[in-house]
Amino acid sequence: MDNIAGTKSSLTWATHLSVLALVLLWLIPTIGLFVSSFRDRDQISESGWWQAPFAVELTARGRTGTEATQEGDVYVVTGNIYDDPEAKSYFPGGGGEIVAFGTSGRNPGEFEAGTPVDLGDGESLVVNGDGTYEWRTPEDPGDRGQRVYFAAESPPSFTTDNYEQVLTSDGMDRAFINTLTVTIPATIIPILIAAFAAYALAWMDFPGRGVLIAVVVGLLVVPLQLALVPMLNLHNRIGIGQSFMGIWFAHTAFGMPLAVYLLRNYMVGLPRDIIESAKVDGATDFELFIRIVLPLSLPALAAFSIFQFLWTWNDLLVAKVFLPSDDASKVMTVKIADDLLGSRGGDWGILATAAFVSIAVPLIVFFSMQRFLVRGLLAGSVK
Amino acid sequence: MPIIVQGLITILIGVGGCVGYFYLSNLALDKVIFPAKETPSRRLVGAIICLIIPLGLLFFLYVGPTVFGALGIGFLALSDVSTISALLAVAVFLVATFLLFKAFNTLFPAKGSSVGDNINRANAVRPWLFLFPAIFVLGLYLVYPVVGSFWRSLFGRNPNDFVGFGNYVSLAQSPDFRISFFNNFLWAIVVPAASTFLGLLVAQLTDKLSWGNIAKSLIFMPMAISFVGASLIWKFVYANDADIGLINAVRAMFGFDNPIDVLQIPFWNNFFLMVILIWIQTGFAMVILSAALRGIPEETIEAAILDGANPWQLFFKIKVPQIMATIVVVWTTITILVLKVFDIVYTMTGGNFGTEILPSYMMDFMFRDDGRATAIAFVIMLVVLPVMVWNIIEARKETR
Repeated sequence: MDNIAGTKSSLTWATHLSVLALVLLWLIPTIGLFVSSFRDRDQISESGWWQAPFAVELTARGRTGTEATQEGDVYVVTGNIYDDPEAKSYFPGGGGEIVAFGTSGRNPGEFEAGTPVDLGDGESLVVNGDGTYEWRTPEDPGDRGQRVYFAAESPPSFTTDNYEQVLTSDGMDRAFINTLTVTIPATIIPILIAAFAAYALAWMDFPGRGVLIAVVVGLLVVPLQLALVPMLNLHNRIGIGQSFMGIWFAHTAFGMPLAVYLLRNYMVGLPRDIIESAKVDGATDFELFIRIVLPLSLPALAAFSIFQFLWTWNDLLVAKVFLPSDDASKVMTVKIADDLLGSRGGDWGILATAAFVSIAVPLIVFFSMQRFLVRGLLAGSVK
Repeated sequence: MPIIVQGLITILIGVGGCVGYFYLSNLALDKVIFPAKETPSRRLVGAIICLIIPLGLLFFLYVGPTVFGALGIGFLALSDVSTISALLAVAVFLVATFLLFKAFNTLFPAKGSSVGDNINRANAVRPWLFLFPAIFVLGLYLVYPVVGSFWRSLFGRNPNDFVGFGNYVSLAQSPDFRISFFNNFLWAIVVPAASTFLGLLVAQLTDKLSWGNIAKSLIFMPMAISFVGASLIWKFVYANDADIGLINAVRAMFGFDNPIDVLQIPFWNNFFLMVILIWIQTGFAMVILSAALRGIPEETIEAAILDGANPWQLFFKIKVPQIMATIVVVWTTITILVLKVFDIVYTMTGGNFGTEILPSYMMDFMFRDDGRATAIAFVIMLVVLPVMVWNIIEARKETR
């Protein structure tokens, strides 16, 4: 329509800019999480993730050495503050330029780097930009060096330490496997059950078909919350209890209305000629379904599998209720919501990493299968 | 026995069981119960089916626990059943199946005039064979709970303690419940409205852009992220620290020195939580509305342009009215979702600071007071009911 006279509007630039603004607005939170997950814990609380590519000024403390050389009646200790393990521990990415130093924790950046400072009692200290220091004292330092506080540029450092910690010591590896264990059967099992039902509702004529379709549409919106207490009680009575078995059943059932609805909508649209000519050729309904309808419905089956996969992977409610609450069977969402947020509320690096581990797989599925997902959404909502 | 192997075995049993059920039940229907012609294999198939079902039962009830236990997959054993009752059940089943087939055999012989009738009878039963597993699962997990939950909500914390509508009365009197009901009302108004509006905006803006598809794909992305993940993402944005949270960083840029915790501002914190769901749902609205916009007949737009409509008029007077039905569908779909989402509130505030909504309020009572929990669940059901009825009416119109 843009080529019609008079419509090439001045709005084009505005459109480009506003879409760009919206996209950025939508992306920024996720990028923040992603960047934070690769940052060192101290850096996260020292500067925003948007400053991650720049150096951060960090205050640290250390102690000078004690190897003194005697010059007259003054002992001189020289060395590099970064050789001190305590000082080094602040800078996993290597220490940068020292800006200022001091001798008390209350004012760590009291003196400019490179200027000798008189500490009283004949003592003096100088710390240079590169970390070398010279401490002069009239007394033998013995085995205690001088306390040094300093402010240094910490170069931007990105590490995979958070990932290592989350995946090895925090039990997220176990949770990841558990999530996978819940998700795969809960995605595959409903498909076949739903496909047969959808075929019956789409291509078989029987009394009560309309009512059944209406019931399925109604069940689409029944809140899950209603099923929690009665079904958990039932599971306990028949001996399944809170277990993976139970959650597979539950997810199979909760995904069923959408599966039947989506597949039926798709199957109804298949060409009538094909199905009727197959019937005339003497195919039974079972053969017709297996040989013709099922292969033709692959796009809808794919769409539903993606939905069900995302939904079971991302689910928190069903997992909280139908799985045992011990550590060995926690899925990632429960792990994050109950464990990490509760006890590790302030450990932003670990939180960001755990969140990113849990959303990585859905994101991959999403971007590689987007076409099917969109098609499924359209089949389910717009008719 | 690693749990993942259990999962694989379950997949095999589930899929195999499904295929087996559909295949064997059709076979039984066509070859044994209502046969179209007398074949020598009929008795054999009948006998096999007669045997398979009880044997399967026997296996699961009696041999199952021992064998599965020995194989280390004891989780498949459904429950402890004594040997005698298992054998008895199998025997009864065997005899019953045999007699049933015998009866069918005499009632519907595959001879003469009853052949045509048999085919018709088989075709009348078949849809129900196809539907049975789905109906069973749906009935058990979604229809029964509506009744079961309501029934349970009439009892107190102790399941034997009948209290009538006592749970509902005490809910109505509880200020927490009123707050969560009001908050839920806010959510159900604001989130669908904002998501639909933003989705429509993005759909329209990206419609003619060369990089529109990339933009749409990026705005659609949060759909793939769990509510828990999304909450964490936004926890970073809202963090009460100008060096972590963007909101406080922006405030600091404008010279406000004291960081604030936006999740603790009374009343407005609800809106900060809603932002998360809007962020997730806008993509959904956009995808569907974008398809609807593409479906508008070009002629109507051309005619409007020729008549001198400006872009605003074109959008609001020509396009929007034509996709109104889709807008309503999107709106209601998001509304229903809003009424069920508990993850965001649970993860972000745990329902504190006056942000409780009904689903998260229910989880407070889950495992503690089932009577109260089911009562809240039933209230959610009542709130959803009008939408459900409307959905059914619309669907009936389409299928007719």
